[in-house]
Amino acid sequence: MRRRDFLIAAGAHAAAPAFAQTSWTETLAAAKGKPVFFNAWGGDERTNAFIAWTADRVRAEYGIELRHVRLRDTAEAVQRVIAEKAAGRDSGGSVDLIWINGPNFLAMKEQRLNYGPFVERLPNFRYVDAEGKPSNVVDFTVPVDGYAAPWRLAQIVYVYDSARLPKPPRSMAAMLDWAKANPGRLTHPTARNFLGATFLKQALYELTQDRALLAAAPTDANYDAAVAPLWAWYDALRPTLWRRGAQFPESGPAQRMLMNDGEIDLMISFNPAEAAVSIANNLLPATARATGLDGGTIANTSFVSIPYNAANPAAAMVVADFLLSGEAQARMSDPRHLGNPTVLDVERLPPDQKKFFADVPPVPGMLSAAELGRALPEPHPGWMTRLAAEWEKRVLR
Amino acid sequence: MLRLAPVATLLVFLAPIVAGLLSTALPAFGWFPALGGREFGFGIFARLFAQPGLGTSIALTLLTGILATALSLALALAFCAAAYGTNAFARAQRFLAPLLATPHAALAIGFAFLIAPSGWIARVISPELTGWTRPPDIATVQDPLGLAFVAGLMLKETPYLLLTLTAAIGQADLARSLATARMLGYGKFTAWAKVAIPRLYPQIRLPVYAVLAFALSNVDVALILAPTNPPTLSVMIVRWISDPHLDLFMPAAAAGLLQFALVVASIGAWRLGEIAIAHAARDWLTNGERGGEGRLRNASARAALTLLFALAIAALAALAMWSVAQSWRFPDALPDRWTSAHWLREMPSLAAPATTTLLVALSATAIALMLSVLCLENEVRSGKRASKALALLYAPLLIPQVSFLIGVQTLLVRLNLDGGFAALVWAHLLFVLPYVFLALADPWRALDPRYTRIASCLGASPWRVLFAVKIPLLLRPLSVAAAVGFAVSAALYLPTLFAGGGRWTSLTTEAVTLASGGDRRVLGVYAFAQAALPLIVYAAALAVPAILFRNRKGMA
Repeated sequence: MRRRDFLIAAGAHAAAPAFAQTSWTETLAAAKGKPVFFNAWGGDERTNAFIAWTADRVRAEYGIELRHVRLRDTAEAVQRVIAEKAAGRDSGGSVDLIWINGPNFLAMKEQRLNYGPFVERLPNFRYVDAEGKPSNVVDFTVPVDGYAAPWRLAQIVYVYDSARLPKPPRSMAAMLDWAKANPGRLTHPTARNFLGATFLKQALYELTQDRALLAAAPTDANYDAAVAPLWAWYDALRPTLWRRGAQFPESGPAQRMLMNDGEIDLMISFNPAEAAVSIANNLLPATARATGLDGGTIANTSFVSIPYNAANPAAAMVVADFLLSGEAQARMSDPRHLGNPTVLDVERLPPDQKKFFADVPPVPGMLSAAELGRALPEPHPGWMTRLAAEWEKRVLR
Repeated sequence: MLRLAPVATLLVFLAPIVAGLLSTALPAFGWFPALGGREFGFGIFARLFAQPGLGTSIALTLLTGILATALSLALALAFCAAAYGTNAFARAQRFLAPLLATPHAALAIGFAFLIAPSGWIARVISPELTGWTRPPDIATVQDPLGLAFVAGLMLKETPYLLLTLTAAIGQADLARSLATARMLGYGKFTAWAKVAIPRLYPQIRLPVYAVLAFALSNVDVALILAPTNPPTLSVMIVRWISDPHLDLFMPAAAAGLLQFALVVASIGAWRLGEIAIAHAARDWLTNGERGGEGRLRNASARAALTLLFALAIAALAALAMWSVAQSWRFPDALPDRWTSAHWLREMPSLAAPATTTLLVALSATAIALMLSVLCLENEVRSGKRASKALALLYAPLLIPQVSFLIGVQTLLVRLNLDGGFAALVWAHLLFVLPYVFLALADPWRALDPRYTRIASCLGASPWRVLFAVKIPLLLRPLSVAAAVGFAVSAALYLPTLFAGGGRWTSLTTEAVTLASGGDRRVLGVYAFAQAALPLIVYAAALAVPAILFRNRKGMA
C-alpha cells in the first residue's frame, strides 16, 4: 500500500494527464476512511475553528477523519518526525500533515523528511497563482519543489487603536519616535515565535544597507554588518516597549489580547484582515485599524506538507487538495472566518468554484491595496534563525 | 501469589523510571548515536552552561521553589496553630477536597486572569479607586522575581499540606497533649508550636519534600505564571526539546540531570535546615515561655488562609465568567454581554480531549486501586507492616518529571510504544499510584481486624472476606482514593505530553496550549471544563457510598 503510493507519487511528474487523473481517483479510494493527524499550531481560535470546519467537510466529502493535533510550536511536530526517523520508523508515522513554513520547512527539506513531491498531483493546484504570488512556490527564498502545498497567504500589517493613535507610524524611524513619546504602548511576540522574529525581520528589511544580501543565507562575513543598524534601532526601542522590554507575549494572539485589554496601542500582525476579523469576534476594540508601511511589508505563504513516514499520505493529500478548493479558499478569505488573501488566481477558477468567492461579503475595516503597500519577499530562513538566537542572547540574562 | 504484589508493583513502576533516568543520562554525557554523539565526556554540559540565561534560570528555579514550599508549609502550620479545634478548622476542611481536586493548570490560568494588570481585581477597583482607565504597565503576572508563580503554587500546595497535617493530627492523638499544654497556661499558638509541630513534622516530611520537588520542577504552572526571559529550568528544558534543529536535545538531557541535581540538593539543604531549626529551637521549646493568647498571630494566620481560599475560588469564578462572556473590556467589572456561544462552538472539539482525560484517568485509577488493595491485603495478611521498599512508591513524586520523561520518551519511541494508550496510562499510573496508596493505606490498616476474624470463623476464605466484608466496609475510603487518583491523572501535563506522543490530548494539555494563545473566552471554556471534570467525579465518589448505604447508619 505505502509502496504503491510512493510509486504513484514518483511517477506523477512524467506521467500523462490521463494517468494523473486515474491515480487521483486511486488516491481518493485509498484515502477513504483513513485518519489524518493534522499537526498545526493551535494557539489561534479562528484557525482552529477553520480546521474543525475542514474536518467536517472532508468527512462528509471523502470519508476522512481529520484530527487536529494542536501544537504549541510547529517545531514539536518536526521534532517528532526526526525522533521517529532516528528510531527507524520509516512508515506508519504519527504525523500525517503539518502546517509549516520558513525555518521548519527548510529543516525538513534539508533532512529529506518530506513526502513527495506531491503538489502537482493535486487537482486544484493548477489554480494556484504562482506568478502574481511568488511566495506560493518559493518559501523564504527556498524553492518548495512540490514538497508542500500552499493554503494561506499572509502579509505583515501593523494594527493600531485609532482612538488612541490617529496617525500610525509607517516606517521604523517613525515607530521609534512614537514609542519614545509613548513608552509601554508597543510590544512584539517573543522572537522564539514566528511573528516575533518577523517583527525583527521587517525592521531589518527597512534598516539594512544592502537588501540584496537577504535573498541568500547569511554568512559570517556579511551577517554582523547587515544587522548592525537593526540592533542599534532595537536597543533604542526596547526600553520603550511594554514592561520595559523585559517581558514579551508568547504569540500573536497573546499580543492581541494585550491590545484588547488596552495594555498596548500598536502591534504587528501577519493578517491584513486582523483588525476587521478581530473586531467582529470581539477580540479587538471597534476602533482597531490596520496599516502597512511606506516601504512595503513582508508577505509569505503558509503550506501544508506530508512527512516521508506519514501513515496515510493519500488521505493527507486529499486534505491538502481540499484546502486549495474554491470552497475552502473562499471561506478562508471571508473576514468572518480568517480573512487571509487566497493563494488561488480566482480569475482562472471554473464557475462552480468561483461562485464561492462571490458569496464573501465586503467588510468595512479591510485595507485597500494602496494602504497595505508593496509585498516584499521573505529573507532566507537563515536570517530569521540567527536573529532569533541573537535576540535570545540579548534578552535572556 | 499475593506476596508478589508489592514486588510486581515496584517493578512495573521503578524499572521504567530508572531506565528513563539512564536514558536521559546517556545523551547528557555525550552518547546519542542518532545525533552523532558517540563519545562520553562533559562536552554536553559545557554546551549547557554556555546557554544564555541559564544562571538566572537556575536562580529563579531555586528561589521560587524553596520560597513556595516554605510559605505553603508556614501557612499550613500557622493555620493549624491558630484554628485547630475551632469551627474555622472544620470549615477549612470542607474546602480542601474540592481545591485539591482542581488541576494546577486551571487554577493558575484563573489566578492569572485575576491578578493581571488588566485582570478581574484591577477591573473591579478601576477606575473608581485607582483612576486607571487603561491597565498600568506593571508586571503582576510572569513578574521577574516569580512571585506570581510562588503564589500560584501556594494555592494548591497549602491545601495539600493542610490535608496531610490533618491526617497526621489524627494519628498522633494530639488533642490530649494540647489540652495539657493549654492547662499549663500556654497560649494557643505557642502550645501548637511547642507541642504539636515537633511531633507532626516527621510525619509530613515526605509530603513536604514532594511539594518541594514539585515546586522546583513543574512545567504547567510555570508556563502560565513564571517569567519567560529566562523561564524556570524545567520550562527551558521543554523549550529546548521542541527545538526543530535538535541542536539542543543533548544539552536538554544534561539539563534534565541538572534539574534532578537541583531537587536532590534542595531536599538535602532542606533537611539541613530542619536540623538547624530543631537545634536552634531546643532552648525555646523548653524555656517555659507561655507566649500569651497571640490574638494577632491567630487572626493573621486565619486571614491569610481565608485570602488564599478566596483567591482560588475567585480564580475558578473568573474562568466560568470568561467562558460565557461575549465581550468584557477593561475596566468593566463584569462582561457587558453574555453568551453560550463559546460552549456550543467548542463542544465538538472539547469532546475528544475530555474523553481521553476520562478514559486515561479511569484506567490509571482502576489499576492503581487494584495494586494498592493487593499490596495492602498482603501487608495485613502477612502481618508485616509496610515494608520499607514500598516507600519507593513515592519516588515519582520526588524525582523531577522532566528528568526521566526525556529518557522515557526516547525509550518508548525505540520500543514502538509511544503514542499508544497503554504507554499513556502507564505514565499516569506512576503519579496516580502513590496518591491512591496514600489515601487508602491508613483507613485500610485502621480497619478493625475483628471483622476479618469473625468472617473467617464463619468459614469465609480470605478472598471472600475481602470482597464480602472489607471492600463494602471500606467503600467510602475506596471512593475517595479513586477520586484522588482521578484528580491527579486529570491534572497531569508533562506525562501526557511526553507519553501521549501528540496523539492524545487531554483537557490539561489543551488548556495549557490555549493559555499561550489569545482568546480568554475559549481558554475559559477549556480550563473550566478541566476543573469541573475532577470535581464532578469527586462529588460522584462521595455519592456512591451514600446511595448504596442510604439505609445503613455510619457507613456513608
